[in-house]
Amino acid sequence: MDKSMDKPFATVLGPATSLSNKTGSWRTMRPEYINMLPPCNATCPAGENIQQWLSFAQEGKFREAWDVMVKDNPFPAIMGRICYHTCEKVCNRNQFDGAVNINLLERSIGDIAIANGWQFKPVLETKKKILIIGGGPSGLSAAYFLRKLGYGVTIYESNIKLGGMMRYGVPRYRLPGNIMDTEIRRIIDLGVNVVCDRRVRSVRDEIRGFDATYIAVGAYRAAKTSAEIADGANVIDAVDFFRKLEDAPLGLPNFGKKVVVYGGGNTAVDAARTVLRLGAESVKIVYRRTINNLSAHDTEIHDALSEGIEVMCLRTISAVNNGKVLLNVMNYDEENDVLSKTDKTDWLPADSVIFAIGQSLDEGILKEMPEISVSEQGVIEIDKNMMTGAKGIFAGGDVIMGKRTVTHAIGGGKKAAKCIDAYLRGQEPVANVKNQTAAFKRLNMTYFSHNPRIDVSRLGDISFEEKDISYSDLKIVAEASRCFSCGNCFHCDNCYGYCPDNAIKKHQDGSLEINLDYCKGCGICVAECPCGAMKMTLDE
Amino acid sequence: MSHPTIGNRLVKNVTVQSMRDRPNCLTSGHRACQGCGEALGARCVLDAAYAATGGKIAVVNATGCLEVFSCVYPENSWQVPWLHSLFGNAPAVATGVAAAFKQQGKSDVRIIAQGGDGALSDIGMGCLSGMFERNDDVLCVCYDNQAYMNTGVQRSGATPAFARTATTLPTGNYLGNDAQTGKNLPKIAMAHEIPYVATASIGNIHDLEEKVTKAIHIRGAKYLHVHVPCPLGWGYSPSDTIKIARAAVQCGLFPLFEMERGKIMKSTPIKDPVKVDDYLKSQRRFAHLFGKSASPEALAALQDIADNNIRDYALAENANG
Ligand SMILES: Cc1cc2nc3c(=O)[nH]c(=O)nc-3n(C[C@H](O)[C@H](O)[C@H](O)COP(=O)(O)OP(=O)(O)OC[C@H]3O[C@@H](n4cnc5c(N)ncnc54)[C@H](O)[C@@H]3O)c2cc1C
Ligand SMILES: Cc1ncc(C[n+]2csc(CCOP(=O)(O)OP(=O)(O)O)c2C)c(N)n1
Ligand code: SF4
Ligand code: SF4
Ligand SMILES: [Mg+2]
Repeated sequence: MDKSMDKPFATVLGPATSLSNKTGSWRTMRPEYINMLPPCNATCPAGENIQQWLSFAQEGKFREAWDVMVKDNPFPAIMGRICYHTCEKVCNRNQFDGAVNINLLERSIGDIAIANGWQFKPVLETKKKILIIGGGPSGLSAAYFLRKLGYGVTIYESNIKLGGMMRYGVPRYRLPGNIMDTEIRRIIDLGVNVVCDRRVRSVRDEIRGFDATYIAVGAYRAAKTSAEIADGANVIDAVDFFRKLEDAPLGLPNFGKKVVVYGGGNTAVDAARTVLRLGAESVKIVYRRTINNLSAHDTEIHDALSEGIEVMCLRTISAVNNGKVLLNVMNYDEENDVLSKTDKTDWLPADSVIFAIGQSLDEGILKEMPEISVSEQGVIEIDKNMMTGAKGIFAGGDVIMGKRTVTHAIGGGKKAAKCIDAYLRGQEPVANVKNQTAAFKRLNMTYFSHNPRIDVSRLGDISFEEKDISYSDLKIVAEASRCFSCGNCFHCDNCYGYCPDNAIKKHQDGSLEINLDYCKGCGICVAECPCGAMKMTLDE
Repeated sequence: MSHPTIGNRLVKNVTVQSMRDRPNCLTSGHRACQGCGEALGARCVLDAAYAATGGKIAVVNATGCLEVFSCVYPENSWQVPWLHSLFGNAPAVATGVAAAFKQQGKSDVRIIAQGGDGALSDIGMGCLSGMFERNDDVLCVCYDNQAYMNTGVQRSGATPAFARTATTLPTGNYLGNDAQTGKNLPKIAMAHEIPYVATASIGNIHDLEEKVTKAIHIRGAKYLHVHVPCPLGWGYSPSDTIKIARAAVQCGLFPLFEMERGKIMKSTPIKDPVKVDDYLKSQRRFAHLFGKSASPEALAALQDIADNNIRDYALAENANG
């Protein structure tokens, strides 16, 4: 504190400085450093600490950024491509000059990890063994987190390759095979025992010898259409379509020139864009509601339209004949979400039809297990710790109630691992303490300047090649630097510099501490914190 | 960047105030009010001068809050050689101190005279003008909180038009301090054609430090006028000191500029403009201009002052290119 000894010039003060006057006694309110939950983090279905990895990325510390990502999500390069990035929708920067391009940053850093061959740290073995049924994103995520906790993990997968709907759904122009393979391999290299081409017929028969089981078989049964399908009509459902495309392309039918896809979700849009790449001349998506109600992601719809795919709204397919489909015009009451079929009909030429009207769980594997209940909606029922009615059997991903996305599946796998671990130790899982979300109004915009988002279009040629859009290192730093660091200190030193009483200590590592001996409680530091990472509280 | 943060881990040591080992020339334990702009302003100015000279500064202080809150016997908050004589004579004493150092061949020691707006625009104006006229090697810093705060908020030559002070209480048709009175000290300094005159604000510490760093090395008389809001005298919450300092600049009422030898050399364009009304509304000393007894004429007159500043000092954002 007393610096009189190292003054270069005539200063002699030492004793009797005002430091003996502890002005902290004036205070009624005190400032406090807090960590709030940034909206992006709060929204990420995999629970990523986005703000934290962005802060490493700003400094060009890509390895550290990646290490933060994979604490919550083992698939940065995959997610940076196919996650629907709800984080960007809620990014506080939307209210200023456009969301941080979180998704593309994740992809870019994920690609750097692949280029550099970064791996996960090996883990020690424990005696307990866990069975995971289904090697999709949820099963793989659970395997990763369980291996990190030291459990022995075995995956039974019915397909000949791992990946689930990431492989047998998401098309290759959105997610190249080598990227997916590398990120899956990294998990397997942690020492996961994988048995592919191994369909589980009854869960009951398989669980012996395992201490816990995670069911993550996804929703693989295509919904049946009520349309009348004439003999010999060229129809296929989307699940079958994508599986054949990946494993047995020769088994695919000849789609002809004019293809109709029925459905309004991402699957329909992917199927339409894929069949266009297989050589169809005209692809039309037939959808029952209006274009605004399409459940497919906006960017997907936009890309599909740009590629020349047409969306016919307010139509349902009532019959499929050879070379044409019968459409009924629909009435849609948007306010109450009520659909009704009118008598107005229309024939539409179609050489083939792909049905993409939803998938559900194949319940067969649960036979002989009445403890495990399946709800009316056709999903497995679980308790708050993800356990089914059968002790030690957990379920997650597309098989449970909730949003069906890869990101939710990954988050589910992570949570399941935590719950399984707690269960095996005879404990309750430790609840996540969630801080309050840092709203835009907590931020002080004075300290941020306009700096537009670096956007890159994903749209390339109409082919199965992915367009290379990952950021250069410099652009990663530039785009990541747009983050407001909502609710978390980014060491701007405003509090330290503005305090009229020098009542903030700055430590060697840059961290800050209030010196309550001198803080008078004026609140300037809190008012001038750019990112809402301080607050005033009543002094005890 | 429009209003950068004081520091940032991405840009190392951009300001003296962000440095871990900054000098803290005015140390803790002083008795300034919560949120005092003057205490902050003085630390920023002296720390910058200290950093720029390797600690070779000596300071002469006029009577006023800054002096009273910083040295209450037997305590003293100053971490630099510091001398107090009277309310009105700081520039003259500083002249003497500078002459003494020069006599000893120590012209590397840089001398600062500092005080409030009362000390420098009123009672000490003669001493100040003489120091300018002789072009003595002194940097004079005025911490302008726009009234005599230490004795209970009496009007000074720097009190703005229509402000309420203890001696300009609005009553009846009287709307507080008369318009068209008062002194523009930077312009008075400029009229002496001294080497350097500048204004600064604690709402923009980068700019303030740059100006101090530049001024402290110039030989001859220099004048720096620093806008320092006072929560007590102006009537606002102590937490708003920086916000109000910033708003005064952003609305045009307190222009930031530099002058050399009588000419305006540079001004800081306004980013994110603030309405004059909003600036006034944030302080109780202008409350009588709003509400029941509102005076559109008074508000228009204040708006005129801001508009004239924006024109005269080319403060519109695109004006300076
Ligand atoms: C065409 C399409 C595109 C999509 N695009 C996206 C996208 O861009 N972004 C996004 O976030 N989500 C997307 N989704 C949704 C996403 O793919 C799923 O929500 C996610 O894959 C669910 O993960 P899961 O692990 O629960 O199930 P799945 O991915 O379905 O994996 C289940 C695994 O279990 C295996 N399995 C099934 N039954 C058995 C059995 N009896 N024995 C052993 N193994 C079995 C399956 O073969 C499969 O490998 C898309 C879905 C489709 C269909
Ligand atoms: C010759 C003389 N007259 C009056 C005073 C009383 N006095 C002490 S400080 C002060 C006002 C100081 O005002 P200013 O210079 O603006 O500084 P502030 O306190 O506002 O920072 C006055 C009038 C005095 N000390 N000496
Ligand atoms: S600005 Fe940064 S921390 Fe805030 S929501 Fe956006 S990405 Fe998250
Ligand atoms: S600025 Fe300083 S005195 Fe004011 S509340 Fe913060 S730490 Fe305390
Ligand atoms: Mg004053």
